[in-house]
Amino acid sequence: MVSAADADGVSRTWHVLDNGVEPTAGTMLCVHGNPTWSYLWRRFLTVAPAGWRVVAVDQLGMGWSERLQAPRRLEQRIDDLSALTGALDIQGPVVTVAHDWGGPISLGWALAHRDQLAGVVLANTAVHQPLGAAPPGLIRLARTAALRTAVCVGTPLFVRATTALSRPQPPEAVRGALAAPYRGANRRRSVGDFVADIPVEADHPSRTTLDAVAAGVEDLADVPTLLLWGPRDPVFSERYLRDLLARLPHADVHRYGRASHLVTEDAPETAEHVWRWVGDLGGRTADQADAVAAAPPEPTQGSPLLPWAALEARAGDPAVAVAEVVNGKSREVSFAELEHRVRLLAAGLHAVGLKAGHRVALLVPPGVDLTVAIYGCWRVGAVIVVADAGLGVAAMGRALRGAGPDLIIGVAKGLAAAAALRIPGRRVLVGSTSVPLRRALGSDFSLADLAELGLHADLPPEPAADSDGAVLFTSGATGPAKGVVYRLDQLRGQIDLITAACRITPNDRLVAAFAPFALYGPALGIGAAVPDMEVTAPGTLTARALADAVAAIDATVVFASPAALRNVRATRGGLTPPQRAALGRVRLVMSAGAPVPVSLLRAVQELMPAAEVHTPYGMTEALPVTDVSLVELEAAGPGNGVCVGRPLPGVTVRVSPLTPDGRADGELTAQPEITGEICVAAAHVKDRYDRLWATERESSRTAGWHRTGDVGHFDVAGRLWVEGRLVHVLTTADGPLTPVGVEQRVEELDEVEAAAVVGVGPAGTQQIVVVVVPAPDASAGVRRRRPRVLAEPALAASVRAVAGVSVAAVLTIEALPVDIRHASKVDRARVARWAERVLAGARVGRP
Amino acid sequence: MTGASGLLGAGVARALAQRGDDVTVLQRRPAGLGLREVLADVADAAAMQEAVAGQHAVVHLAAKVDVVGPWEQYQRVNIAGTAAVVSACRANGVQRLVHVSSPSVAHAGSSLVGAGADRADPERARGPYARSKAAAEQIALGADSDELAVVAVRPHLVWGPGDAQLVARVVERARAGQLPLIGSGAALVDTTYITNAVDALVASLDRCRVAHGQALVVSNGEPRPIGEVLAAICGAAGVTAPQRRVPVRLALAAGIVAQTVWPLRQLAHRRRGPSGPPLTRFLIEQLATAHWFDQRHTRELLQWTPRVGMEQGLAELASWYASRP
Repeated sequence: MVSAADADGVSRTWHVLDNGVEPTAGTMLCVHGNPTWSYLWRRFLTVAPAGWRVVAVDQLGMGWSERLQAPRRLEQRIDDLSALTGALDIQGPVVTVAHDWGGPISLGWALAHRDQLAGVVLANTAVHQPLGAAPPGLIRLARTAALRTAVCVGTPLFVRATTALSRPQPPEAVRGALAAPYRGANRRRSVGDFVADIPVEADHPSRTTLDAVAAGVEDLADVPTLLLWGPRDPVFSERYLRDLLARLPHADVHRYGRASHLVTEDAPETAEHVWRWVGDLGGRTADQADAVAAAPPEPTQGSPLLPWAALEARAGDPAVAVAEVVNGKSREVSFAELEHRVRLLAAGLHAVGLKAGHRVALLVPPGVDLTVAIYGCWRVGAVIVVADAGLGVAAMGRALRGAGPDLIIGVAKGLAAAAALRIPGRRVLVGSTSVPLRRALGSDFSLADLAELGLHADLPPEPAADSDGAVLFTSGATGPAKGVVYRLDQLRGQIDLITAACRITPNDRLVAAFAPFALYGPALGIGAAVPDMEVTAPGTLTARALADAVAAIDATVVFASPAALRNVRATRGGLTPPQRAALGRVRLVMSAGAPVPVSLLRAVQELMPAAEVHTPYGMTEALPVTDVSLVELEAAGPGNGVCVGRPLPGVTVRVSPLTPDGRADGELTAQPEITGEICVAAAHVKDRYDRLWATERESSRTAGWHRTGDVGHFDVAGRLWVEGRLVHVLTTADGPLTPVGVEQRVEELDEVEAAAVVGVGPAGTQQIVVVVVPAPDASAGVRRRRPRVLAEPALAASVRAVAGVSVAAVLTIEALPVDIRHASKVDRARVARWAERVLAGARVGRP
Repeated sequence: MTGASGLLGAGVARALAQRGDDVTVLQRRPAGLGLREVLADVADAAAMQEAVAGQHAVVHLAAKVDVVGPWEQYQRVNIAGTAAVVSACRANGVQRLVHVSSPSVAHAGSSLVGAGADRADPERARGPYARSKAAAEQIALGADSDELAVVAVRPHLVWGPGDAQLVARVVERARAGQLPLIGSGAALVDTTYITNAVDALVASLDRCRVAHGQALVVSNGEPRPIGEVLAAICGAAGVTAPQRRVPVRLALAAGIVAQTVWPLRQLAHRRRGPSGPPLTRFLIEQLATAHWFDQRHTRELLQWTPRVGMEQGLAELASWYASRP
């Protein structure tokens, strides 16, 4: 308890959490909102590094601080806080941390103490309540005078509602602790007053102060800022995050996908993340500095050209640039026409207010319109956001909401989905000029309208090569899909790499049945055809559709995902002799996205006998990284993992060796036969994860390198072998074990269709469990509907015989959980949780 | 060494004698090991004093091991017996005491997944055997001091050729068709092959000064699904493995009934069959929940690793059964 004069000189008793540390490094000043108290910051105190004093205050009338007899205005509260920090003798650098309506108060303090201010951390807060815009529904409800007294003061409803927003709810002990200072109406007066102090009206007494804070924030451009956000907050919705980002464009952001209003409770890791961020304020951290020494040679600089340079180079060319092939019929656009349409759209988009740095979500299937939209956006300097339904509809919605587009360009179906998924942004309708439809979908323009506007508008200046170009999404096979931001020069780097790796010449033509590459034909400067298929379901590509697309442009190169090729193999019987002949002229087939079995590559080789069959390795964050051909794969033979070949020219790959407990902390090495996390350095590696500051910090903690989260090793011939995901590494008493090698050996068994190797038990002493999907019983002709969970003795014995490691249990299951996009990446973490339950003796159920 | 008549006791006594230790064994009936022998009850304090005089170290194995029977018997043999051993060690200046305990002393019924050796807890342990052994371990470790180094070793489910406890009971029940599989049969259970248990106890004696004051679980470190373990033991013995599956809840309900009814049936001598009730609640929990342990600390401290793996152990069991008439 601390006594300090308040803003009006009246002595007040404050309750303060203060770790009492001599602040040799600095002080963290934590300010809660309404109706919480300093308890909210307890983890920030417990994990504080040496030299940091942490002071978390209970505001007057709140928490365990003195109760007030009258409302306290924002301006007074800011001054109260200044008076308190004076009484507490807070000197030297200060990082402010605040939540909810503590945000404006802490910012008011920050603006008054610029000389001390070292950093600003804000969590689910706002500095601006636009006039006319509806305030958060709950707040609006709580602000009606009668209700306010009833909800906030007369009953603990408002106090309790704060923790009720979280899913799952915090433990009762935490909920009870948060509500503890607010037992009894006489202790809740300020809770109601706080709500009443939100300046919704223009003439509200606190309006001037809030506006001053909001205006002042825009002068904090030189102050490092971190925004923590719980996107499930019904009070401070993402609209407020966008408002803050507009005022603080330099801010680091981390959105905690599952978190609601009480982001520090729903995501307890916030405390460690904030301290890591604070630690970085003093410059590079020690491990980053070390890593610089190990940084790879600067990759050979690609040409400074922008991604659309090749398209501009063929501006007058009448050759086919993009063809959409449906039922053997082709809808085509020439390079000349494409270049023209891109220019018109760019000018039109610019005319309606799209600016460099704005984000544009694209909900358009691959084809001419999508190509025009992408290059048009890039030409303006806008950032394309590409989330496909291959993530699953709910995950796609989360991904797009998280990216926060300013504009959505979509077909009718896409715009309808965007409305249902509550994606923000203005709408542009593609594929229809129907005005009623356009209006029904909330769209002001069709793509054609914009092109027409472009006829009479100027092109904006070309964007800088280092501006953001795209947000793509990981498949979310090992957690929620992450947004990945590429700059234009990094996209250009990717295009150059593909050109070199595939030895693309202007005489090539491309069929792309693989989402990201479907967009790249014009960038590669070659004609491209999109086959007739459901783009979000690669498994719908038939051999005939592929052959028709190849024939339409006399393609020389084919890109297709493994799932697409699997269906091509399954439907190859339907090919006509001319279709076979067209496929016979292809010189290169590339399949990427997930590991491709050699048997599938052989089948593809039979279909396209003249082609070299390649399967590059990479990830959303860096594609491609390595490349291997079928011939090289056959030469390599089996090994511990999947052979993915050698790094492509300009790409440097190292591994960070695993510690005995399965962390990848070892110094980067290219030595053979050492298993570790695969790290990549190249010109086309992602710029950053989108609004995931801590994730980005972790993935690039070795400066200059991207940590892929994959584990593998080099062999003596310099080939890279991928052994699985880092998070799927088992940690047995004998050391770490990667799953893929064992899985491959087990999958060689005739009686096994698929296998997943997982660990059960505590880290460091895990037991090895093999979960198999039994092959359909050849003798019975059908698979048993639900296999017994414990493998039959004969199957268990066969598995143990080939596993090469000591297997505690062999379980059987109907199907392994896989990702939607590739239908092949096994969610081993989920399998492990299931196996752990089953092997503890619980009911079997499903993973 | 107390309790040398059982499989484990005899094995340890032989192993110590073979390497040249001067071994005296103590139990109620002759063990037939050809070693110096004292016939006495461990709870007999005077006899213990006499037997321990002049020994450098004591391995205390004698115990009442069962799932039923009156508490007084467990109390006398396991608790009072251990107290007698401890006071005899103190009075005679014995320097090392290896107290053989059981993982069940720290087990309150939930599954054990890669567990360590938690504190023995007589209040929460299940059944008279585990409760009395928990109290005994507290007495033994309570006596750990600069003069007397005490280590408590908890071998988990020891089995092997000639084992009258686990193997014999499983085989007997399977033969009588009284061995159902509880639940899915997937609960992971670790066991200890006899040779490994003997080695670990010998190692504990040698490493007593380093490991003193601690309780250490000993096992093969090769947990297997309980269904597989039972089937493998039955297979080695040449009897049919259990086929009948009983849901856990049903088994528990039946177990409670059996626990109550069995003593009455025993009194009435109405029926001869396998010894002990078909299934007690304790046994069902043992059969339906995971029991396996983190062996890293034990192995490092004792500088011991299991010599015989599950496969080899089962093969030895099978050839032992095959060689029997």
